[in-house]
Amino acid sequence: MNAALAWGRPRRSVLPGFGPAMGYTLFYLSLIVLIPLAALALKTATLTWDSFWATVTDPRVVASYRLSFGASLLAALVNLVAGVSVAWVLVRYDFPGKRLVDAFVDLPFALPTAVAGIALTALYAPNGWLGEPLAALGIKVAFTPLGVLIALIFIGLPFVVRTVQPVLEDLDKELEEAAASLGASRWQAFTKVLLPLLLPAILTGFVLALSRAIGEFGSVIFIAGNMPFVSEIAPLLIITKLEQYDYAGATAIATLMLVISFALILVVNLLQKWQQRRA
Amino acid sequence: MARPIKLLAPATATTEPAWVRVLLTVIALGFLALFILLPLVTVFAEALRRGWHVYFAAIVEPDALAALRLTLTVAAIAVPLNVLFGVAAAWAITKFEFRGKQFLITLIDLPFSVSPVVAGLVYVLVFGAQGWLGPWLQANDIKVIFALPGLVLATVFVTFPFVARELIPLMQSQGTEEEEAALTLGASGWRTFWAVTLPNIKWGLLYGVILCNARAMGEFGAVSVVSGHIRGQTNTIPLHVEILYNEYQFAAAFAVASILALLALVTLAIKSFIEWRDERAREATSRNIAADDSAALEVPAKVLPA
Repeated sequence: MNAALAWGRPRRSVLPGFGPAMGYTLFYLSLIVLIPLAALALKTATLTWDSFWATVTDPRVVASYRLSFGASLLAALVNLVAGVSVAWVLVRYDFPGKRLVDAFVDLPFALPTAVAGIALTALYAPNGWLGEPLAALGIKVAFTPLGVLIALIFIGLPFVVRTVQPVLEDLDKELEEAAASLGASRWQAFTKVLLPLLLPAILTGFVLALSRAIGEFGSVIFIAGNMPFVSEIAPLLIITKLEQYDYAGATAIATLMLVISFALILVVNLLQKWQQRRA
Repeated sequence: MARPIKLLAPATATTEPAWVRVLLTVIALGFLALFILLPLVTVFAEALRRGWHVYFAAIVEPDALAALRLTLTVAAIAVPLNVLFGVAAAWAITKFEFRGKQFLITLIDLPFSVSPVVAGLVYVLVFGAQGWLGPWLQANDIKVIFALPGLVLATVFVTFPFVARELIPLMQSQGTEEEEAALTLGASGWRTFWAVTLPNIKWGLLYGVILCNARAMGEFGAVSVVSGHIRGQTNTIPLHVEILYNEYQFAAAFAVASILALLALVTLAIKSFIEWRDERAREATSRNIAADDSAALEVPAKVLPA
């Protein structure tokens, strides 16, 4: 099997099926993921540097990047704080209905993004349950960058909770007992003992939420209002360019987004190595 | 692991004061209610705002039914494809040692990090009229983009890692001893897989399948790029919701959306059930180890009652 050779022969295994399983894995991976992504890279290579640069530095495109990255970063930060609190409460405290709450944390993973999008829009629109009282206070959420932020908080929420929760569950209670017996206050024990141990998991959840938010489309476009230069996100601009048959423009923006995705994957992998060393 | 403490129990050296516990819980639950529960309630409230009559009319409308059929068709093709891949990939990765394993896992996870819109775009660049294979497909009268194959491809891409990523850690923790024992006793490779491996991974597999299915039926961004939005033909349920919403048919949009919300709730219920089962099995294992220290260490997890 060529595939087996390329990846090094398996060592010390009497189990059958490495060749077919690995061959099919590589075939399917190439067909669905690698070759199509390579098509994007090749299409980019046919652009001249000048036209690529002109597309990605177009003021409207730059404004969309600024919104996508700014709102994603803010949303991931909110989710970092909220996610650690929720994970802490779910692991450390006992209260009625806890199992149900735990299950609902995953709703943003299970609820289709378009459904989340129209629900958040109805909720925060000027006549919505939350939009109306907020409008009375002079705060506009729907159809502004603030709406984008709300949608990105929604879809990113489970990431930090679900990366921190298992690590927190496995922590040895003895560490905190030692800290307490050495005279540390509860707050000191948390910031000096627990937080450093949780940090790789917290940061992993943060980067995962960030990466998801940057690429998010369905939950954002309904509430954003999509005004150029104000509330237009980068993925929407790709679709706009496609609808104008501007394939080069769409490709240029997509390539930049893909490079950022790769960079974030690298960060997650480094964080996970760090966590494994900790464990 | 430390046992969870009741909110109002007296504080000890390793717990926060009761008022901190209550405050933290109220903040965390308030945040979840605001950001998760309220949008969910909104879906159903808006769907039923104009009564059951309008609700059912929106769901049995021919375009909605066509969208439902298309969504079911796409999921019925995409999910089994990813199950087959997930099992093959997990078998190769967890039962054998080879160089570049971590890199392969990273590649499998890749679609999670790619924006759904970019996922749709890459298929347009390969199969679209201006794409690599566009002229050849046109010459042979094969439609991929703006047709079912494109929808399936985009859906397969965004749900690609789900099954593999559930199975890999599970099969990693199970090791290879049981399969080796079966082979030593004379079972064929297939028999070993069906009789030993599959029963061991069936719950993890189910878990992967329901997550994969939920995403496949609910995907919006990627299919939006390749669909072409032809009413009654290439509109999946999420795309149908978008069209109704943009036509200001809010009650109908939310009625159709509520089907997807119900699907999400069922998914969460099955997921919680599998997790609860898992937890019980783990507790039984630790009880067993406590009961018989020396012997129980040799007992593989699957011998325990399901």
